[in-house]
Amino acid sequence: MKKQTIDSRPAGPKPWYDPRVRSLFFQVVAIALVFWAGWTLVENTLANMESRGISTGFGFLDETAGFGIIMSLIPYDATMTYGRTFWVGLTNTLLVSAMGIVAATILGFIIGVARLSSNWLVAKVSLVYIEVIRNIPLLLQIFFWYFAVLGALPSPRQSIDVGGTMFLNNRGLYVPEPLTQDGFGLVWWALAIAIAAVVGIRIWAKKRQLATGQIFPTFKVGVALLVLLPAIAYFAAGSPLEWEVPALKGFNFGGGITIIPELAALWVALSLYTGSFIAEIVRSGILSVSKGQTEAAKALGLPNGLTLRLVVIPQAMRVIIPPLTSQYLNLAKNSSLATAIGYPDLVAVFMGTTLNQTGQAVEVVAITMAVYLTISLSISLFMNIYNRAVAIKER
Amino acid sequence: MARKLLKAYVSKNQLMFGEKTMRKTKSIALGIALAVGTFTASGAMAATTLENVKEKGHLQCGVTTGLPGFSQPDEKGNWTGIDVDTCRAVAAAIFGDASAVEFTPLTAKERFTALQSGEIDMLSRNTTWTLTRDASLGLNFAGVNYYDGQGFLINKDIGVDDALQLDGASICIQAGTTTELNLSDYFRAKGMEFKPIVFDTSEQTVQGFSAGRCDVLTSDRSQLAALRSKLSDPSAAKILPNTISKEPLGPVVRQGDDQWFNIVKWVLSVQINAEELGVTSANADDMLKSDNPNIQRLLGTDGDMGAKLGLPDDFGHKVVKLVGNYGEMYDRNVGPDTPLGLDRGINALWTDGGIMYAPPVR
Repeated sequence: MKKQTIDSRPAGPKPWYDPRVRSLFFQVVAIALVFWAGWTLVENTLANMESRGISTGFGFLDETAGFGIIMSLIPYDATMTYGRTFWVGLTNTLLVSAMGIVAATILGFIIGVARLSSNWLVAKVSLVYIEVIRNIPLLLQIFFWYFAVLGALPSPRQSIDVGGTMFLNNRGLYVPEPLTQDGFGLVWWALAIAIAAVVGIRIWAKKRQLATGQIFPTFKVGVALLVLLPAIAYFAAGSPLEWEVPALKGFNFGGGITIIPELAALWVALSLYTGSFIAEIVRSGILSVSKGQTEAAKALGLPNGLTLRLVVIPQAMRVIIPPLTSQYLNLAKNSSLATAIGYPDLVAVFMGTTLNQTGQAVEVVAITMAVYLTISLSISLFMNIYNRAVAIKER
Repeated sequence: MARKLLKAYVSKNQLMFGEKTMRKTKSIALGIALAVGTFTASGAMAATTLENVKEKGHLQCGVTTGLPGFSQPDEKGNWTGIDVDTCRAVAAAIFGDASAVEFTPLTAKERFTALQSGEIDMLSRNTTWTLTRDASLGLNFAGVNYYDGQGFLINKDIGVDDALQLDGASICIQAGTTTELNLSDYFRAKGMEFKPIVFDTSEQTVQGFSAGRCDVLTSDRSQLAALRSKLSDPSAAKILPNTISKEPLGPVVRQGDDQWFNIVKWVLSVQINAEELGVTSANADDMLKSDNPNIQRLLGTDGDMGAKLGLPDDFGHKVVKLVGNYGEMYDRNVGPDTPLGLDRGINALWTDGGIMYAPPVR
């Protein structure tokens, strides 16, 4: 008898009825469409620009910029390239964003907690702050701080003198600049050792607490180490630090570090504005922790401080972090309002002057959009990592 | 259609968010315009700018956000100024109606994008003619309606008489202008330092200057005169004698439409020639009977000068009668009897010792 081979598998559906094949097919088609659309847009743009005699390409980034910028964290002068102006603008944007995020967070947490205070006056003052600040457009607030601050300050020759070393006038705040001399490297080494020691102590203290239940004052010891070690190194190396005190010469002060009023106004406005939103987020986070948690902690005999630190805040953070991330993103993007008061951020310098002097609008706008996207995605990424760290862990 | 939608979108944004969003929108609108590219680019090939303007029934002209003497709206929203009159003259040539113009206020940063994207038909916004702008922005400069130069405005109390004493000064300046570059060049060449405070509009530079944020305000000299007149106490400020650059200001059109380029160029030339020939808005009708062949060609009683440009043959007559010759335009807006009080100087006709000179209409 002839052996019959029987396919044991049930006959599958025809490929066009197979859900897996189908979904794969549609995904490939969708991706192809997206790429085709993107390619067409780029192609069309280039063709149109060429037909209108507009130069294209990124070659302009290597051309000499030829204009001055008032404030730069990296060395810059007018003989450098347009590419350099991009970095100047970017670092200025990052500076004001970072300063704003730190200040807004601190302010927001303080106001958010104060809003829940049992003290009637403190709670109402916080309420008024939040409602006033977050309901006025940010641009108006920036103008207010810029012109209010400028209007109140004296001219350079009548500067407010703080101890002969710091000067405040309508051109900015001038503070002495520390100039490191030979031997200052020792201080940096001492600081590095102190940081390593603090990390080590923290790990050791945690292990010991898990094993024996004894608590080590990590915080106090840590602060002491961080201050004392570099201080000892500083004096051992013979105080290798000189201060360059600003002095009035000609129209303005020279020397030292200048904090320009544009930066100050933008920073204050961004921090106050975003801080008012963060305050509400913090309040919602704290209120989301049920009262039973606090009562349980008290029943276990935890003091108030520990209850807050170990029970309330960790749980509140789970609610706070995601909306806090959006606020950080908003702050970074809102920093582009800088251009209204002449702070040289990325939009003012690169998408403003550089765009206008070169006329390469499409390239410059594309770069600027890519940068803001990158900044936002980076903030988002770090906050998500942090969120995962503080999220509730189900065991 | 898409063009109209885009315009509607942009103007809606202007109303909603004011100037700032408008600028961003403009740069981005250019990107969209170029990327989608189905309207103006192919539209430009199908229909010329002149045809588009005729179909719309008005000329769309880009001007400043407000600069006395050049382009400034009054309290009723009527625009006046030498740049505005340059636009009106073009409208008069096309439609025989100097009021068939709509004005788009633009900051220095926005102006070229607005022209490139097709939002405006011509730009008349005290814009300096430079090689880079002419050659790489896809634009053409159609002549010069004011020869200017960059100067400095200072407060008298800082006790400076010459720009060479400005080492270390804080200087307010408008973003996206040639003055930004000239200033850097000048200070670098003289081995001096300065701190640039860069604002978006000339209005803001004045605010910064009044608030004491800067010691010096720099701009074209004609603008300084206008801005000085805006200060609360104009007598406390003065303009330094130094002129640090050449700033030939004039109307700009898109590259690639030679007919339109010629129209704008020759309307301005007609105005300058009219002054030279003594034709004014007052005597334009009488001059129609003149037997001077130059005047006959200028006013269209002889020859077909207009047809060569795609305009009515009497376009010269309309321009001079409705807007005036160059001298009238100058005196009315920036001349000695206006708040700006600027003498003709090098803007006088070549026959009067200036450099204002137009090729002949023949």
